Amino acid sequence: MSPDASYPRILPVGEAAVTVEFGDRVDVALNRQVHALDARLRADPVAGIVETVPTYRSLLVIYDPQQIGAGALETALAREAQRVQAARPAAEGWNSAEIHTAVQDATSPIVEIPVRYGGETGPDLGDVATHCGLTEAEVVEQHTAPLYQVAMLGFAPGFAYLLGLPTSLTTPRLATPRLRIPAGSVGIAGWQTGLYALSTPGGWRIIGRTDLVLFDPERSPPFTLDAGVRVRFVSV
Amino acid sequence: MTLQIVDPGFLTTVQDMGRHGWARYGIPPSGPMDAAAASAANILVGNPADAALLEITLLGPALWPQCDVLIAVCGATFELWAGELRVPAWHAVFVRAGHSVRFAQRQAGARAYLAVAGGIAAPPFLGSRATYLPGGFGGWHGRALQRGDRLPIGPDPAGRPAHALLTDAGMAWPRSQRPAYTAMPTLRVVLGPQHDAFEPEAIHRFLGEPYTVTPRADRMGIRLQGRPLAHRGPAEIVSDGLVTGSVQVPPDGQPIVMMVDHQTTGGYPKIATVIRPDLPLLAQSLPGDVVRFAPIGLREAQALLRQSVAAPPS
Repeated sequence: MSPDASYPRILPVGEAAVTVEFGDRVDVALNRQVHALDARLRADPVAGIVETVPTYRSLLVIYDPQQIGAGALETALAREAQRVQAARPAAEGWNSAEIHTAVQDATSPIVEIPVRYGGETGPDLGDVATHCGLTEAEVVEQHTAPLYQVAMLGFAPGFAYLLGLPTSLTTPRLATPRLRIPAGSVGIAGWQTGLYALSTPGGWRIIGRTDLVLFDPERSPPFTLDAGVRVRFVSV
Repeated sequence: MTLQIVDPGFLTTVQDMGRHGWARYGIPPSGPMDAAAASAANILVGNPADAALLEITLLGPALWPQCDVLIAVCGATFELWAGELRVPAWHAVFVRAGHSVRFAQRQAGARAYLAVAGGIAAPPFLGSRATYLPGGFGGWHGRALQRGDRLPIGPDPAGRPAHALLTDAGMAWPRSQRPAYTAMPTLRVVLGPQHDAFEPEAIHRFLGEPYTVTPRADRMGIRLQGRPLAHRGPAEIVSDGLVTGSVQVPPDGQPIVMMVDHQTTGGYPKIATVIRPDLPLLAQSLPGDVVRFAPIGLREAQALLRQSVAAPPS
């Protein structure tokens, strides 16, 4: 374990936001530090913080400078971030088994996502299998094996970036993105897997689709997934 | 109490001050590109600054109020008619039921804001009436306005009868409090969060040289073209959060300023962030306009933000 002394660090994002960085790489432990800081700020709000946006390795904090000065905010965030870092140290270069263990040991809620793999709902399953030197059934078996951690939501409303894809399923994006990916689609792009909550254009390889409604504005909260929760895919 | 759309113009949407608190779910703020003009229009007609109004882009609409209304148009300069009368922008204007409001020749700028006393009573979506076209939600059925739409107008915030609206007409937004629109704006920026991803010459260039607004400019972002900005290392970072005003620099070295419908996360280094009070200047820019960036310290930027909060006309 080699905690980098330059983190956590707090950088300005204009005059009304800062980003709190825990590192500069994709790492499940760094991501959990982000979620832990986010959870602390939500449980015990600092006056003047308007909104937080958790991402892979940093937390964007949007604030109202009329309610809290930049200095006071930085002091409060640095204190909380250091606590979080001390409580959940990150280690360099985890392999997928270690990631798997870390996600397994987390305490956040688990959401089961029933997925129809392949066929019309997963048009790229065959290409992923070919690229990975596996059968379609093996791809499904390996994709449904781990527990995933929702690293962040971004790109489009409700789109979930998941950590924990087995490295054996790494497949590059489509050369030409599709104009419309149906809501509920499950995709692979490089070492990432993700879920489309809304129909949008996209370049991920689509291996399946869930009938679960991931976004319903009449529901509270309207999104099924949030950064930090864990996901298990079930083949149906 | 409706506003009928006779001709929607090029792109007219319903906007309020935005959908805040949803960025963690990937939902951008939306809202007006030029918040200064939008607040001014609202305040002139007696609305709260964040009431829902129309954002009008490049080619203006023709509207037909079905009742007596008090309106104000601020932002881009259009030749404006109410019935047979030429009426001024940046003023509260009383329009009798049945008289049309028409936008004719555009003279400057890209976006105008039409507020009507009572606001546009579109149903709120996740707490806001702002239209987000890529998501197909908010505003009026999640889309740009179309011929034949009949937008409901909310109750007057002060319960004023028609004759009182007439009395309130004529109020003007002082010139001194309007944004200093120009085809060659200087946009002040707070450097970072990833300016250390660039060569020192690139930062020097970014802060000194002109960048031209390209036709790839919309509510999501404004792409600029100039001498490329060289990254020190890889031109990609681990994706992190964006705000309106974030200046992303993709591998081609050409800056993109993220605007109100921006994606909430991005994977290109951000050299700087345009301060909020200067975003209206960029919102009104047209392809071919030339922008420059100037550095500003955080404390000075925060002081400007305090001053920029819309004040009622004196």
